[in-house]
Amino acid sequence: MHDTAHAVHGAPTSFIRKHVFSLDHKVIGKQYYALALLAALVGMVLSWIMRIHLGWGSFAIPGLHLLSKNGAPGDVMTPEYYLQLMTMHGTIMVFFVLTTAPFAAFGNFFLPIQVGAEDMPFPHFNMMSFWVTFVGFLVLVASFFVGDGPTLGGWTQYAPLSAIGAVGGPGEGLGVVLWATSIAIFCVGQLLGSLNFITTTLDMRTRGMSLMRLPLSAWAWFITSVMGLTAFAVLMPACILLILDHVAGTSFFVPSNSVINDQVLPHTGGSTLLWQHLFWFFGHPEVYIAIVPGMGIVSHVLITNMRKPMLSHRVLIYSMGALAVLSYMVYGHHMFVSGMNPVSSLAFSFPTLIITIPSTIVVLIWLGSLYGARLRINAASLFALGFISMFISGGVSGFFLAQPSIDIMLHATYFVVGHFHLVMGVAAMFGIFAGTYFWFPKMAGRMMNETLGKVHFWLSFVGAYCIFMPFHYLGIAGNVRRYQAFTDDYLIHLIPVHKFITIAALFTGFAQLIFLYNLIHSRFWGAIPPNDNPWEGTSLEWSTATPPPHNNFGDKMPVVYHDPYQYSVEGASTDYVMQTSPEDLKNAPDEK
Amino acid sequence: MAKLFSVTIIVIAIASAIPIVMHTWPMPQDISTHGHLIDEQYTDTMWEAGISFLASQFLLGFFIWKFSNPAPGTKIKNFPGGAAGLVIAAFLLVGTECLALGVFGVKAWASVYLTPPAADAMPVQVQAGQFAFYFRYPGPDGKFGPLHPDQISQANANFFGLDTTHDQDSKDDIVTAEMAIPVNREIHLLMHAEDVSHSFYVPELRVQQDFVPGLDVTLHFTATKIGKYEIVCTQLCGLGHYNMKAYLEVMSQEDYDKWIKQQAALQ
Repeated sequence: MHDTAHAVHGAPTSFIRKHVFSLDHKVIGKQYYALALLAALVGMVLSWIMRIHLGWGSFAIPGLHLLSKNGAPGDVMTPEYYLQLMTMHGTIMVFFVLTTAPFAAFGNFFLPIQVGAEDMPFPHFNMMSFWVTFVGFLVLVASFFVGDGPTLGGWTQYAPLSAIGAVGGPGEGLGVVLWATSIAIFCVGQLLGSLNFITTTLDMRTRGMSLMRLPLSAWAWFITSVMGLTAFAVLMPACILLILDHVAGTSFFVPSNSVINDQVLPHTGGSTLLWQHLFWFFGHPEVYIAIVPGMGIVSHVLITNMRKPMLSHRVLIYSMGALAVLSYMVYGHHMFVSGMNPVSSLAFSFPTLIITIPSTIVVLIWLGSLYGARLRINAASLFALGFISMFISGGVSGFFLAQPSIDIMLHATYFVVGHFHLVMGVAAMFGIFAGTYFWFPKMAGRMMNETLGKVHFWLSFVGAYCIFMPFHYLGIAGNVRRYQAFTDDYLIHLIPVHKFITIAALFTGFAQLIFLYNLIHSRFWGAIPPNDNPWEGTSLEWSTATPPPHNNFGDKMPVVYHDPYQYSVEGASTDYVMQTSPEDLKNAPDEK
Repeated sequence: MAKLFSVTIIVIAIASAIPIVMHTWPMPQDISTHGHLIDEQYTDTMWEAGISFLASQFLLGFFIWKFSNPAPGTKIKNFPGGAAGLVIAAFLLVGTECLALGVFGVKAWASVYLTPPAADAMPVQVQAGQFAFYFRYPGPDGKFGPLHPDQISQANANFFGLDTTHDQDSKDDIVTAEMAIPVNREIHLLMHAEDVSHSFYVPELRVQQDFVPGLDVTLHFTATKIGKYEIVCTQLCGLGHYNMKAYLEVMSQEDYDKWIKQQAALQ
């Protein structure tokens, strides 16, 4: 801990070092945000195209052939192109949006400020983490334009389909190699980022900032970075092995005697289930990598708008920690019907059910804290409250999927798609929006338009439910996922539901354009914040200038005297007491 | 706006529950002997998840209504019992719920996966390949001949790679593109993947199991209702995945005997 400012690197002078290859965590945070925004736009447009196809399969989408002449002759999508777009949608959203925005973007910008540091300890690693991630994104997007297009194997890339090469179908050759290369590169970026986050939290805190005085958002990023360090360290070698199966003639994931087009493949001795174990050992913690930062952000935003702290700071931290630890023990629930030993399924089922306990505690603490609050309603708090609603809705369907017997019916159906879209997709997006409306003044030095923010919220909240709640009904009726058309007799009566979902998805997508407009317009022409602390917050980001100077706090590092959330303290001179205020709070038992 | 939001949350919660309560899009009918265990487990879970869902959303809506934009000077209040009460409640209520669901769920899972098939269960082999299922019956000798992957030939309709010239056990094997089984007779399904991962999903039978290349897995079930049902692939297997299906015909024993004779004659 230290209290004198000594910038870890000097302020840049050239445009390139200031805005492109910047070492400043704040610029890197914004770069991550911009990348996530671009990726989200691409992912969303892909979902529109897919949804139009699922609702009206023969509908020609003007200009689609420009994306792929073979994939969309006459602007109508082929079955394989649907799968290719679906794979890209999932991969882009999970990796380049849900991991990038709540963790890497906001975490980069605000973690050093919230702990009271002038930057991250390894700024070069930090710069590299963003640019590596950006290259990963380019490699993934490049697969649209090479060979026979991107891989069609889904974001989970189950072997052996993903490992046998071009004989497996369009995109299964070069497309998979690019996919695995992109993800391996992405993993490098996340590992570098996680290393920085962990060290920042443990080593760079300013004087008085004990671990328990960290805001919940900082705790969430810290816990997430520990998960990131362990989960991406498993996915990266898995991707490398997958690449080797393509380019080096190895057989890690392809067993002997596999026959395609009457030809026995030259592979021998690989394991189909090995990929699934490696992938899901990463894949389930990834769900929490996407959602835990949202929990932290939403808690932080809500506390400021409730004008009272959470019922228990510690319980929330321990619960997020418990989610992180348990997330490694539950991954097998993705594999109940995979052919894994059926006793293992039961062994994975219990921790999967038990993980609902810390999740429930988090929700109950949020609800219990709302009791007796003085809640301010604004775009940020609406999205934070919407997050809670979505997290509850997506969470309760986890009860079903945690049980192997019920999974027999619901596995690989739209029930699963509804579950994960609500709990890690929409909820995480709501966390991102809450964070954006809340922190935009500090990041951009401008306010976002509140009215547009509220319109954005209402359309998104109602729209998301209209899209994803029916997914559950479809799944219960046995509607299989990853189908480009529903030709099975027992699915035909469900097609009107798909049409309804498509219309809802297009409307909800439109609402996101309002957000985009608001973001860009406010960046340049938004109102100037009335002061450095427009929401009357207490944590360190509100005690510095707007936007923060290069070394975050100017000449003198802050000294922390209080817990992060001293609101409505009896006897205090104001409604809120900032962490840096030396005021003696007799009625607030501070953590030491 | 806070009150409108509260009402919206509650309306959405109720509207979400209506199709479940009204069975608007129900699970396909159950035609298996073990399916009722899965269905009961599903119903119990729906009650518990449904109550949790509605109670939490209602509480969220109610608190937003009650505690938003209070009059100036309003003091904050703390939840009675504080965090400790909520943590204990979560452990007791959700813990009990988890334990109950987990323990009772074992029975349904065990009925499919942890009990061996009956000694007289009828063996049927199913092979999944891009993008079709094929079925093999052992014929009068009751034995399946060995598979020779190098002899698989779509052109010669040798889908399994059988060598009927040299392998005695293969000579009477019956290969079909549709699956027929007698009603109320246990089936021992031997699952083999030709190329990549696929899955065997018959919602009415309450079975779903992946084919694992390099690892033959088995499944056993008994169909209780005569009829024609679809077998669909649920594991993404390539461009024709959505169209990979076959039919399962559950027949009376007499009809099945006739059918298998016809199929034997066609080999």
